[in-house]
Amino acid sequence: MLDMSGFPTELSGENTPMVSFRKVRKSYGALTVLDDLDLDINAGEMVSIIGPSGSGKTTVLRMLMTLEQINSGVIYVDGQPLTHMPKGGKLVPANERHLRSRRADIGMCFQHFNLFPHMTALENCMEGPVQVLGLSKAEARDRSEELLELVGMIAKKDQHPSRLSGGQQQRVAIARALAMRPKVMLFDEVTSALDPEVIGEVTNVIRGLVSEHNLTMLMVTHQMGFARDISDRVCFFYGGKIEEQGHPSELFGNPQRERTQQFLSAVREAV
Amino acid sequence: MFDWKWEFAWEILPRLVTATGNTLLAAGAGYAIALVLGLALAIAQRSPYRGLTFVVREFVEFIRSTPLLLQIFFIFYVGPQFGIRLSPWMSGMIAIGLHYSCYLSEVYRGGIDSVPKGQWEAAIALNMTTVQKYRRVIIPQAIPSALSGMGNYLVGIFKDTPMLSVIGVAELIHTANAIGSEHYRFLEPFTMVGIIFLAISLPAAGLIRLVEGRVRRKLGLK
Repeated sequence: MLDMSGFPTELSGENTPMVSFRKVRKSYGALTVLDDLDLDINAGEMVSIIGPSGSGKTTVLRMLMTLEQINSGVIYVDGQPLTHMPKGGKLVPANERHLRSRRADIGMCFQHFNLFPHMTALENCMEGPVQVLGLSKAEARDRSEELLELVGMIAKKDQHPSRLSGGQQQRVAIARALAMRPKVMLFDEVTSALDPEVIGEVTNVIRGLVSEHNLTMLMVTHQMGFARDISDRVCFFYGGKIEEQGHPSELFGNPQRERTQQFLSAVREAV
Repeated sequence: MFDWKWEFAWEILPRLVTATGNTLLAAGAGYAIALVLGLALAIAQRSPYRGLTFVVREFVEFIRSTPLLLQIFFIFYVGPQFGIRLSPWMSGMIAIGLHYSCYLSEVYRGGIDSVPKGQWEAAIALNMTTVQKYRRVIIPQAIPSALSGMGNYLVGIFKDTPMLSVIGVAELIHTANAIGSEHYRFLEPFTMVGIIFLAISLPAAGLIRLVEGRVRRKLGLK
C-alpha cells in the first residue's frame, strides 16, 4: 500500500489551481516516463508543453484525460482528486464511477482528430451532449451549431469526416470537445498531422479561445512560434520532468538551462 | 436408368415446401441466437475482468474445436440426465445458435479490433459509459467490416440445418429421406432438396453483398 498521507483529500483556498499534478510518476516497465512531476495550472491559464519526443509531454495530457493510469502521486482538478477518491478521510485509487464524475471537467483534442466516421460533423458535436449530458436533441443542436459557427465549420455541418480536410476535421473536433463545456481543454499536438497550409485555420481557432473564453488550456505542441504567441507559460519537458518553465518571452528569449538552449537551437535549425 | 417422374415430384412438393419452412425457421432462429450471443461473447472477451475473459475464451475455443453434431447429440440426449429436457426443435436451435455464436464472436472480435484505438479514446474523452462506447461508437464501426463474415455464417447455418435431422427435426433432408423410404424413390426428393438449397443460398449470398454495400454507405464509410 502506498503512503497517501502527504496528499490532502481536496485542495481548497483562494488560489487553488485548476489542475494540480502532485508527485505524479508514470513508468512502462523499466522506462520512467514521468518522474515525480509537480505541475500547477491556474484557472484560465494557457500552458504549453514543449520538449523532445519521449520527454513525457503527451503522457501528461493522457493521464489528465484518464486515458492512462498513473503509478503514484495524485492529480487534482478544480480542487478535487481525479486519479483518486476520498474514502474514510484518505485517498484511494479512483473507480470508474469516480472517474466519470470528474472527467466531465476535461475535454481533449487529439493529433489524429478521432472524429466518429459514421456521424456527420453536427452529429459528432451532438453525441456527447445528448448521450452523456442528457440534453434534448434541440438543445444539443443549438449548442453544437453555435460551436461549429465559432470554428467556422457551420457550412459543412452535414458532412461526414471522410469528406473533410484535416484542418476541417480538427476544427470539428475542437467544437465537439467544447460542446461538453469542459473547464479544462487539452490539445495534444493538434497541428502535427496537418498539411502546412491548413495549420493556420486550427491555430486561429485556438487563438480565439484564448482571447474570448475563460478556459484553462494545456497544449502539447511542436510549433514554437504558436506556443510563444498564445501561452501564459511554457514548460520545457526533459526526461519526464519539467527542466525549465516560464513566460514565453523568458523561456524562448533567454533560456537558462543548457538542455533548453540545446533543444531550442536544434528546433530553430530545423525550421 | 434415368427415370425422373414429374408426377411424383409434383406430389411430394408440398411436403418439401413445408420442410423448407422448417429449415428456414431453424436457420433463422439459430442465427438470431448466434448474432446476439456472439456479440455478448465478443464483448465479454474484452472485459477488464480477467476471470470472465479467460472462461469465455476457453468456452469459445472448446465449442469451435468440437463437431456441431456432437453438440446436438449432447444437448438432446445428455441434457435430460441433468434434468434439461428439450424438444428436438429447441435442442437443435440452441445447439446451432451456440455453435455459431462462437464463430460469430470471432467475426465480431475482428470487427471490434479493426476500430482504431483513437475511437475508444475519443469516447472516453466524451465521458461515455462502457455501454455508450460500444453502442454508439464501436459497434457501428465494427459491423461493416464484420458484415461479410456474418453473411457467410448465415449461409453456413442454413447448410448445417440438415444435422438436425439426426434428432428428428423435420427439416428438408429429414423429410426427403422419409419420402424416399416411403416410396422407395430417392432421386426426386434429394434432387429437389439440392435445388431448393441452391435456390436459397445463391440469392442470399448476393443479398448479403448488397446489404453490406448499403450499410457501409449509410455509415459514411467507403
